[in-house]
Amino acid sequence: MTDAVVSARDLSLTFETNDGPVHALSDVNLTVDKGEFVSFIGPSGCGKTTFLRVIADLERPTGGEISINGMSPDEARKARAYGYVFQAASLYPWRTIEKNVGLPLEIMGYDAADARERISRTLELVSLTGFEKKYPWQLSGGMQQRASIARALAFDADLLLMDEPFGALDEIVRDHLNEQLLALWEATNKTICFVTHSIPEAVYLSTKIVVMSPRPGRVTDVIESTLPKERPLEVRETPEFLKIAHRVREGLRAGHSYDE
Amino acid sequence: MMSERGKILPVLTVLAALLALWYAGAVWMNAPFERDKAERAGKTISFSQLVPGTMAQDRPVLPAPHQVVQEIYKTTVQKKITSKRSLIYHSWITLSATLLGFLLGTVLGIALAIGIVHNRAMDKSVLPWVITSQTIPILAIAPMIIVVLNAVGISGLLPKALISTYLSFFPVVVGMVKGLRSPDQAQLDLMYTYNATRAQTFWKLRWPSSMPYLFTSLKVAVAISLVGAIVGELPTGAVAGLGARLLAGSYYGQTIQIWSALIMAATLAAILVMLVGLAHTYVLKRMGQHVERRTA
Repeated sequence: MTDAVVSARDLSLTFETNDGPVHALSDVNLTVDKGEFVSFIGPSGCGKTTFLRVIADLERPTGGEISINGMSPDEARKARAYGYVFQAASLYPWRTIEKNVGLPLEIMGYDAADARERISRTLELVSLTGFEKKYPWQLSGGMQQRASIARALAFDADLLLMDEPFGALDEIVRDHLNEQLLALWEATNKTICFVTHSIPEAVYLSTKIVVMSPRPGRVTDVIESTLPKERPLEVRETPEFLKIAHRVREGLRAGHSYDE
Repeated sequence: MMSERGKILPVLTVLAALLALWYAGAVWMNAPFERDKAERAGKTISFSQLVPGTMAQDRPVLPAPHQVVQEIYKTTVQKKITSKRSLIYHSWITLSATLLGFLLGTVLGIALAIGIVHNRAMDKSVLPWVITSQTIPILAIAPMIIVVLNAVGISGLLPKALISTYLSFFPVVVGMVKGLRSPDQAQLDLMYTYNATRAQTFWKLRWPSSMPYLFTSLKVAVAISLVGAIVGELPTGAVAGLGARLLAGSYYGQTIQIWSALIMAATLAAILVMLVGLAHTYVLKRMGQHVERRTA
């Protein structure tokens, strides 16, 4: 159990709204081990983003327990245990790409030389070398999202939380970034929690797929991927891939009544 | 996009039309005086005899543009700057109060906005008072500020500047509250995940985000600072400044003097707003924004 990066027990979160309580998460039990790539998939309202936000201490659970590297979310955040990649790149428009990537380093007080070295290293990881002095508006959407990933990698967090980072991008760019993300995961040995609503994306990227369903938000299936770690894009045409995708689809269907 | 040349023609056309209207208005409004004069002399005058007279009166109801231009020329170029009859001297008096008031108003406005954004109690309590403060007519409160401050021994520049402050802090507060709150939730969440302090969030996120709002407010603030300074000069008994020139002009029916002071005030306001606009463009350029050619 010492390898658990994220471990949730009977985790619940209920939002009190004017229309009564909304059960965003209900009795979620889940363990994410070190070095895993875990995808959370489900229709909107299933709590996948909420779960990620609980890990990041952006939402407080109303029941159950969760620990990140053995700490509470609050302690983990203060220990800067994770990097968070949002749906939108959320780069600061008045900062150049290198300044954006350097933002967490400035805040965490890294010294200048170390910061410079980290910025160039992480920009290289996301293939943005040469764009240091550009402003965000000068980059395409895919490049902006890569810069935001670089920003989350710049400091020493070994957990990367990604909330539908490629949701707003077209499929060609998305395929390319998925490939790059796998290479990056391979190179950095980080633990990644990845929220998506694309079945192929989830199956292609993950070592573990968590299928969730809404009202109340709960885990309906956890699928350990049998795909090899080495994954060219063509792996998506193999029977193995299709079998896992089928199981994900079944899980989604079981947990979700479309007649609601 | 319009070229500079393409912009000049419409502006000149409007200017020419305004001048023509002004001349027509001067003839029309000053004509009764000329007719009375002729009547008293027992003469009848034709329209063509009347027109030159309407543009050369000492105290016309509406002075002709060239009379105002002559007056401005006489009181700026042909007078020493230190002279009490120099319009430059009076403009400087007003300008110094304007700038001091603008500066104080900006600082006060930003300080209040920071408080309002960071403190719930201030958010609930201060903003309503800020808005109420602007519902009081400045003409009513200006003399009181001057009198009260005079009673405690403060006179001269500061009371006038404070009236400018009273007017100019308002757009700054409103603009900056909006500006400091303009970062979206993801940008704020990002800072939270870094465990950034409030000061870090302020300097690295809120403050840069608010710059466009700040400068938009400053343009309004600098213009009404000038209004405040002029209003502040009215109750001081017409000592010095553009406001004093306006008041003295109206006491003695010196319409030409009033109009030249008005034109001077308008020019001053235009220059001040333009300077703030230039600063705006410069700052946004330094912040890497691709500033579109603004129309105002």
